Amino acid sequence: MTTPPVSADHEVLRPGWGYASVTDKIAGLVLTRPVRWPWLAAFLATFAGTVVYLSAMTYLFIKGVGIWGINIPVAWGFAIANFVWWVGIGHAGTFISAVLLLLRQRWRTSINRFAEAMTLFAAGMAGLFPILHLGRPWFAYWLAPYPDHMNLWPQWRSPLVWDVFAISTYLLVSALFWYLGMLPDLATLRDKAKTRGKQVTYGLLALGWRGESRHWARHETAYLLLAGLATPLVVSVHSVVAMDFGIGNTPGYHSTIFPPYFVCGALFSGFAMVLTIAIPLRRAFDLKDFITDVHLDHAAKVLLATGWLVAYGYLVENFMAFFSGDRYEIAMTVDRWAGAYAPVYWAMLAFNVLAPQVLWWRAARRNAVLLFALSIVVNVGMWMERVTIVVQSTHHDFMPSAWGLFVPTRWDWIFLFGSISMFAWLFLTFVRLLPTISISEMRELVKEKHDDEL
Amino acid sequence: MMSCDPRWALMAEYESAVALVTAAQAAHDAGYRHAEAYAPYAIEGLSEAIGFRRSRIPAFTLVGGLVGGAGGYFLQWYAAVQSYPEEIGARPLHSWPMFIPVTFEMTILFAAFTAFFAVLLGNGLPRLAHPIFDAPDFDLATRNRFFLCLRTDDPAFEQTKAVALLESTAPLRVEEVAR
Repeated sequence: MTTPPVSADHEVLRPGWGYASVTDKIAGLVLTRPVRWPWLAAFLATFAGTVVYLSAMTYLFIKGVGIWGINIPVAWGFAIANFVWWVGIGHAGTFISAVLLLLRQRWRTSINRFAEAMTLFAAGMAGLFPILHLGRPWFAYWLAPYPDHMNLWPQWRSPLVWDVFAISTYLLVSALFWYLGMLPDLATLRDKAKTRGKQVTYGLLALGWRGESRHWARHETAYLLLAGLATPLVVSVHSVVAMDFGIGNTPGYHSTIFPPYFVCGALFSGFAMVLTIAIPLRRAFDLKDFITDVHLDHAAKVLLATGWLVAYGYLVENFMAFFSGDRYEIAMTVDRWAGAYAPVYWAMLAFNVLAPQVLWWRAARRNAVLLFALSIVVNVGMWMERVTIVVQSTHHDFMPSAWGLFVPTRWDWIFLFGSISMFAWLFLTFVRLLPTISISEMRELVKEKHDDEL
Repeated sequence: MMSCDPRWALMAEYESAVALVTAAQAAHDAGYRHAEAYAPYAIEGLSEAIGFRRSRIPAFTLVGGLVGGAGGYFLQWYAAVQSYPEEIGARPLHSWPMFIPVTFEMTILFAAFTAFFAVLLGNGLPRLAHPIFDAPDFDLATRNRFFLCLRTDDPAFEQTKAVALLESTAPLRVEEVAR
């Protein structure tokens, strides 16, 4: 019993992996793997996109939000649709890390780290949009409660203020959870690094982690506690975002289904983004032994289930409009079906409800190429859902004299694709600088898989 | 006189988690209360074997959460009722249901920070320099090897017995760790 274990063939980890080989493989992606052209090309392209994005922000701050297609009545436009979309994407990471940890789902082990990174970057992209969208962005700090010389305070009864607290709490707690989980892996990188610069950098980040048994005991306790805290947090964040809409009396916003419907939509789009990232990642970095077809299968099942919850949300929205007998709700719903933005609405239904039905077939759930394509379709579909809610609802509210159309300008598109570029750029940087998969948890998996066989 | 010992500890290296847990248990049974066990991942039962019973992190986290929640609620109550009362259509100033979301978020935020810093505080981190880092093979403690240290400042430490104890646990090697 003193020989080190080697993983048995279990579906979430391919056979033949031991403590040392798992460590060397994942740490090697950061420490020893040479830079290759596909990564470099993607890095440079997304970096260029990031520079364009930052320049566009500068231009926006100089010229003002008039460069976008927004107007009255459609005052929110793409900026807020993008915000909601990005926050939604940011939900899957913490869901995978926290909820699946508490439910003891072993398949989370090899995907939680990069899903958390995805969460952080997506939430960061989301957090920018409300500030960019401000008419006077230099007053963004007025949302913070502090005893100012004007004797004013934030309006605590406004969901927009709740939003600030929810999003910033979410970002900070996700970052803590991510960093705490990464401490032992940073120590691995410190110990395996060959150059002085890397040793010092990772050494500082690892805070002197030694892996003593008491360290591990406290670490495990705190990690579980953070998971327990993050679980209601995940649910609360998109609920609060949903209340930004639900508390307003605009037809199409004013609905009690919004919080649960938004949370399901968030998981739906988040898992789609996990697949969008996982499939190229495991191919580019040869991680198919760790991120197996079983992982894709499970993620696809979550996608199918949350897709139906979202479909239920669409159904209830339509039903309630007519059941309420409210003429404005009915008019808005008919406009959704046949008005100016109807193509977006029907495409959204096709992308979010119809397309995922292919996942009923096991062969489809294990087909990486098809899943990748589907995940893009769902991402686009969810973005169209956000646009429908934000744009279509406001363009057709109460008085016909106040109706108006929103037509996106080129700047609206630059901000959308700019944020996608920056997200991708941050992720590409992360992949080469930090361990993409939790090494210490993979060692535990090796051990468990070995023990299962005995 | 113990503190004058130029050595920090005697260290044994193992190849498997089971061997380390067995050895840690043996050290605890022999009266060592400051023995340290190093592993590349969280081994079930290791901290119990070494004699680490309870961590106070859950209690700290609870207190942190309560402080955050109470503070968040107080902040809103003070701002909306005391500092800047604003009457809107005779609605109550102390509209507590509307204060719940921020109270909830502040509870989570403070609890999470407390849990995180409790880990660092409890583990004495950050501590970038430590005698064990200079021990031979210790860079493998974050890869695939397991270590048990019997500290020379442990009241139960006695040279010959300690060597015999470590040798009896089938280690890969036994080394001295300089202070």
